[in-house]
Amino acid sequence: MSMEFDVDYEYQDRCMYMAESHPSDEMLRDDRIPHIWCTGCGCGEIISTYIEAVKELDINPDKVAIVSGIGCIGRAAGYLKFDSFHTTHGRAIPFATGLKVARPELDVSVISGDGDLFAIGGNHIIHAARRNMDILVICSNNYTYGMTGGQFSPATPIDSFTTTTPYGNCERPFNLCDLLASAGAAYVARWTSIHVRRLQKSIKEALTKKGFRFIEVLTPCPTGFGRRNKMGTAIDTSKFYQDHGKIDHGADTRDVRLEDPLSDFSIGTFVDLDKETYLEAKERIFSREVKK
Amino acid sequence: MTAVITGTHFLTGNDAAAEGAISAGCRFFAGYPITPSTEIAERVSRRFPQIGGSYIQMEDEIASMCAILGASWAGVKSMTATSGPGYSLMLENIGLGVMMETPTVVVNVQRGSPSTGIPTSVGQSDVMQARWGSHGDYEVIAISPNCPQECYDFLIKAFNFSEQYRVPVTVLMDECVSHMSEKVVIPKEEEIKLFNRKKPKDKPEKHLPFKPDKDMIPPMAAAGEGYKIHVTGLTHDYKGYPVMSAECHEPLVRRLCDKIRNNVKKITLIEEYKTDDADVLVIAFGAVSRSAMTAVKIARERGEKVGLLRLITIWPFPDHVIQAYAQKVKGFVVAEINYGQVLYEVQRCARTDNVVAHVPLTGGRLHSPEEILDGIKEAGK
Amino acid sequence: MGKKPMKFIGRGLVDKGDKKSAVGKIYLIIERCKGCNLCIEFCPKDVLKESSVFNKKGYHPPELIEVPGEKMCVGCGYCSLICPEFAIYTEIEEDEKEAE
Repeated sequence: MSMEFDVDYEYQDRCMYMAESHPSDEMLRDDRIPHIWCTGCGCGEIISTYIEAVKELDINPDKVAIVSGIGCIGRAAGYLKFDSFHTTHGRAIPFATGLKVARPELDVSVISGDGDLFAIGGNHIIHAARRNMDILVICSNNYTYGMTGGQFSPATPIDSFTTTTPYGNCERPFNLCDLLASAGAAYVARWTSIHVRRLQKSIKEALTKKGFRFIEVLTPCPTGFGRRNKMGTAIDTSKFYQDHGKIDHGADTRDVRLEDPLSDFSIGTFVDLDKETYLEAKERIFSREVKK
Repeated sequence: MTAVITGTHFLTGNDAAAEGAISAGCRFFAGYPITPSTEIAERVSRRFPQIGGSYIQMEDEIASMCAILGASWAGVKSMTATSGPGYSLMLENIGLGVMMETPTVVVNVQRGSPSTGIPTSVGQSDVMQARWGSHGDYEVIAISPNCPQECYDFLIKAFNFSEQYRVPVTVLMDECVSHMSEKVVIPKEEEIKLFNRKKPKDKPEKHLPFKPDKDMIPPMAAAGEGYKIHVTGLTHDYKGYPVMSAECHEPLVRRLCDKIRNNVKKITLIEEYKTDDADVLVIAFGAVSRSAMTAVKIARERGEKVGLLRLITIWPFPDHVIQAYAQKVKGFVVAEINYGQVLYEVQRCARTDNVVAHVPLTGGRLHSPEEILDGIKEAGK
Repeated sequence: MGKKPMKFIGRGLVDKGDKKSAVGKIYLIIERCKGCNLCIEFCPKDVLKESSVFNKKGYHPPELIEVPGEKMCVGCGYCSLICPEFAIYTEIEEDEKEAE
């Protein structure tokens, strides 16, 4: 089905250097690349920044585990060369909880989407935050269910057009960062897929911390949401994110609501607390009480 | 405190089940309180911290099921316990467990159903749900104890089955068995036979996590062991990578079913009482088998040739056992606390000239032996 | 949102003095490119442009703007991070690293 074009090999002489592999390939299931994501989709940047963060921290890749749910970004687990689990829709967090509690030496990260984590998985994520469970959750927020063709999600702004809100969305979105901050997360940040340097730094920061860590990453969905909401191409959306994302570290999460996809919005690290994690509390209580 | 509390105890079925799991090497329990299974979670939450296990109470049964799958992939034997309403929620991820070939154990203490039903009273109406409840073609193993001693013993068996066949195993208990107290003998640790999952022997670079051995079951690496496995609920190839083709789907689903189906004779556990010369065979499982035993004894005293076949493993259904009896007996009596579930399986396996009498109860109480005797009368006609 | 004024440090204001910029090498895995043009649009040095050739999937991969002097790759690696396809990366030339 896929069309193949004749390659102008002279081009290769004119341009740069041709390579067969990428430095990230060591942490990538490169036999599965190219991935399924659309041209310009922001999911790829989440993977590339995650890999860079793991590399720079020199974490043993054998001890990294990725869990994802269902959706476009749900496929992330299938592209990262760590122990990776692609679970059912919405259930990545409880699966990751089992993995982490049973084997605490693992660095367990959940990489999933706004629909997966906050609609069908909404109950799981608030409870993981409440427990201050020792997992990192990276949420690719593209305002929509991309994999099923662009329906509205709990992150879709009001009035937006999707395939199931053809006249405009009547529902208000969650403020994801505020929801998790109030549920008890130790670390809450928001970046976009164009802020790759800061996103990578944030992932690094989060990987060195304990407890429930949450990074929301706004990603363009040019094929689904963007197309129906005058957001243009992925380049247009990315430029918009670059121009309108205002860094506001430590902002009150109540003020970082994403009301309108076409106005200024706050990015940055909003919450960064040192508080006892689930595993620390478990250790403290059981070492005190259980000595019979 | 030692894990295996060797000795003679007076335990409820729920407590015995918790001890059985501990003796089987289970060290991770995720659950959600639900009558009449809660005592299992309570006992485990007290016992696990003493022996290095992890108890976690999740936000619901969906999460509990996922967490025990995660723990199993971390290389730790895991379980949960619930009742019908919770089991309904777990089925989504029991399907995931089947697809990911994850050994784990789910105890379903059945109560009067449907819906919230009679939470504090007995039922046996989740039999078909245990077999067909998750979507898609699959095979599972379900085992049903009828006394606290068996709750202990069969939890160990359930873990062994799950580890051997890499499948979630359901222990179909019922409220009567879970709350009755009886003598339970816990053997010495070294006398307990445990089966642990096969581990891969090849190097991580060469490892294919879903390439089955000759026994149709692939060895299982755990997260953190360097194999960098990919595990998905999607149809997958030997590498574990998603492949969306009929060519990949067909052999995978067939293997998931056949690894159980082809071993049905090895898996099957039954108890037979005076069946050699029986004209009428009473078929029962769980708590009902106790009423049925009394009924059969009464019938024998009357000189009637009646026997009892107790199903211990209900799934995979022991077709071969029923088919063999169908050649010998006139009729079957199926006594169960539901409105017809095992009945259909027996009808499927019976010959057309066998009478298959049904003694249903919809839940809330056990059969009296007299009710089963009425069924015996009908089957003997 | 957007109440606080943004602080900008104009690149032109930084006194470069005699310092030489690092020289980067760009590597391209041509068949991975899906032509999203993110690397082209967001290269801080604007050294890339869309080429006219096709790769096997039918996309136009980037090529270098052939302007000597100012518009040179400095090997910052931004394209590597922003490429969703793992199709491009940079390295700093070894002798230039020393000079830094």
